[in-house]
Amino acid sequence: MEPISTITGKAVVLPVENIDTDQIIPARFLKVTDKSGLAAGLFEAWRYLPDGTPNPDFPLNRPEAAGATILISGRNFGCGSSREHAPWALQDYGFRAVLAPSFADIFRSNALKIGLLPVTIEQAIYDELVAMYANDPQMALTIDLAAQTVTLPDGRQVGFPIDAFSKYCLLHGVDQLGFLLNQADAIAAYEASHPQPVKTTG
Amino acid sequence: MSKPRTLFEKVWDAHLVRPETPETPAVLYIDLHLIHEVTSPQAFTELRQRGLRVRRPDKTLGTMDHSTPTTPRNHLGIIPVIDPMAISQLEQLRKNCAEFGIPLFELGDENQGIVHVIGPEQGLTQPGMTIVCGDSHTSTHGAFGALAFGIGTSEVGHVLATQCLLQRKPKTCAVRIDGRLGPGVTAKDIILALIAKYGVGGGTGYVFEYMGEAIRSLSMEERMTICNMSIEGGARAGMVAPDDTTFEYIAGRPFAPKGADFEAAVARWRTLPTDEGAVFDHELTLSASELKPMITYGTNPGMGIPIDAPVPRPEDMPDARSRAALDKALAYMGLEPGKPLLGHPVDVVFIGSCTNSRLSDLRQAAQFFRGRKVAPGVRVMVVPGSQQVKRAAEAEGLDRIFKEAGAEWREAGCSACLGMNDDKVPPGKYAVSTSNRNFEGRQGPGARTMLASPLTAAATAVTGVVTDPRTLMN
Repeated sequence: MEPISTITGKAVVLPVENIDTDQIIPARFLKVTDKSGLAAGLFEAWRYLPDGTPNPDFPLNRPEAAGATILISGRNFGCGSSREHAPWALQDYGFRAVLAPSFADIFRSNALKIGLLPVTIEQAIYDELVAMYANDPQMALTIDLAAQTVTLPDGRQVGFPIDAFSKYCLLHGVDQLGFLLNQADAIAAYEASHPQPVKTTG
Repeated sequence: MSKPRTLFEKVWDAHLVRPETPETPAVLYIDLHLIHEVTSPQAFTELRQRGLRVRRPDKTLGTMDHSTPTTPRNHLGIIPVIDPMAISQLEQLRKNCAEFGIPLFELGDENQGIVHVIGPEQGLTQPGMTIVCGDSHTSTHGAFGALAFGIGTSEVGHVLATQCLLQRKPKTCAVRIDGRLGPGVTAKDIILALIAKYGVGGGTGYVFEYMGEAIRSLSMEERMTICNMSIEGGARAGMVAPDDTTFEYIAGRPFAPKGADFEAAVARWRTLPTDEGAVFDHELTLSASELKPMITYGTNPGMGIPIDAPVPRPEDMPDARSRAALDKALAYMGLEPGKPLLGHPVDVVFIGSCTNSRLSDLRQAAQFFRGRKVAPGVRVMVVPGSQQVKRAAEAEGLDRIFKEAGAEWREAGCSACLGMNDDKVPPGKYAVSTSNRNFEGRQGPGARTMLASPLTAAATAVTGVVTDPRTLMN
């Protein structure tokens, strides 16, 4: 995983609340056995018209959204299924961070694992960003992970929370499995001192 | 005296390999890891790339459910898979389980079924356990007093390699459901009403513990229906304290402890319920006695109403954001605000999914099909949750009731709940579905889903329009 320090980039606003993982990537795109090419299914039902041509009204399809790396969306982003294909698809499309007033628990956890930064902002800041974007669809933001700040287009800085361990892993580009593998002795000790409730192998 | 603890806290504490610190999350031990074909392949790839083994194949079980067809068996007794991508995914799971020594209930196996149906029916799901699966409806298993939640594929890899997860301790929320359900009102209506009241984000950050008179009086299958949809309320897990209903359900199942071991287990399980005086971080309440059958009109599970109520009007919404959300939902659903859903024509009825595909659900549905016909022009899919459920239903003749009425009786799987196979709702068509999600396109591109109980779905199937099941009851 690539370390993340700061993310500066163009933002695109998708002003919808409760965007579920079936919108982010519909289930019929989950029949893959790898992670590649999922961008093709990202927001598929919203990005394309029934005849398969791009929907010109969808924010990601507007010319000024080309190259956007930061997605701004309404509260409870990523609700629904546990599919990690959702953050994979966002990352595959080119997004490096998602800003929203709140995230669904599993989506947040999945995004943190793969280095797609979920940034929780206050509802009032979100409302301001929606208004700013309406005036300037080229607006850019800077996210400083070490300082836990977002620099808004008008220069103001707002803070965001992130779990210390996830922050460390993202800053240093280390994945969480390595940490768990280093717990092998403690895991073995736990297993030795706890009875096994069920054994699937019979 | 030690500090009084909640059910969740007892299970959490008992599985700490390492407690959390400000710098590091807890290392939580997992007793049972269920895997399926859709969310596991990339985790096995990761394992191979790093040269890792599956630490505890004896705490892991695979099944095939999401992308499997539910079409009838052929003359050789085989369920044919024709989608090349599904074939590849199922083959990959077979290969992964064989290589790493993981038991697998594959397509055609007598124990195959939806992952959240087979865990309980095999007796693998027991009180006090930690259970995870790469599927958000893992919350279902919480009905037994287990801590059970959905995980992403990276975490599937973590559990395969270490049998552990890194977790921050969630907050606790007591969900008190008092009173008793009236006739025709079911567990599904409880959970739909709860989510309608508190919203799809209301449980974010919490583990629910359902309690109160209404919960105590429910069967295990009904409790599973409620815990199943905890995630639709935003809660990653939902739990019910184990009691005699729980123990009676588990007794005698294949993986349940036997004889003296069972008695010892029950004695341990009896210590799990929340202690008197234990404190929850939050509390939600609902009165079961006032509930009516529920149905959803919109594009998230929180957009639900009592079946005889009108579809909400945007101008009655409290703020601009909820007005915009309602406008968007009603445009997708093609529904008029202010009008009731009762009497609205329906094209498809789906009875199945990890929410409502167990024997009691099928029995409930069958009572309205008995001696009646599916309304003309309506397609009815009845999809049992597992091969065991299918056999049990057939043993009591439920399949004949469905088929004689004109409904399709299919093989076990997730089916039209998420439309990964051919079981879909056509674009623009209306479905009453016993599943858990009415998201845009969930049951197929352009599908318009109304979530309801098996009773409401069955009543609708035989009338062809959204119907209050109480009007068909004697």
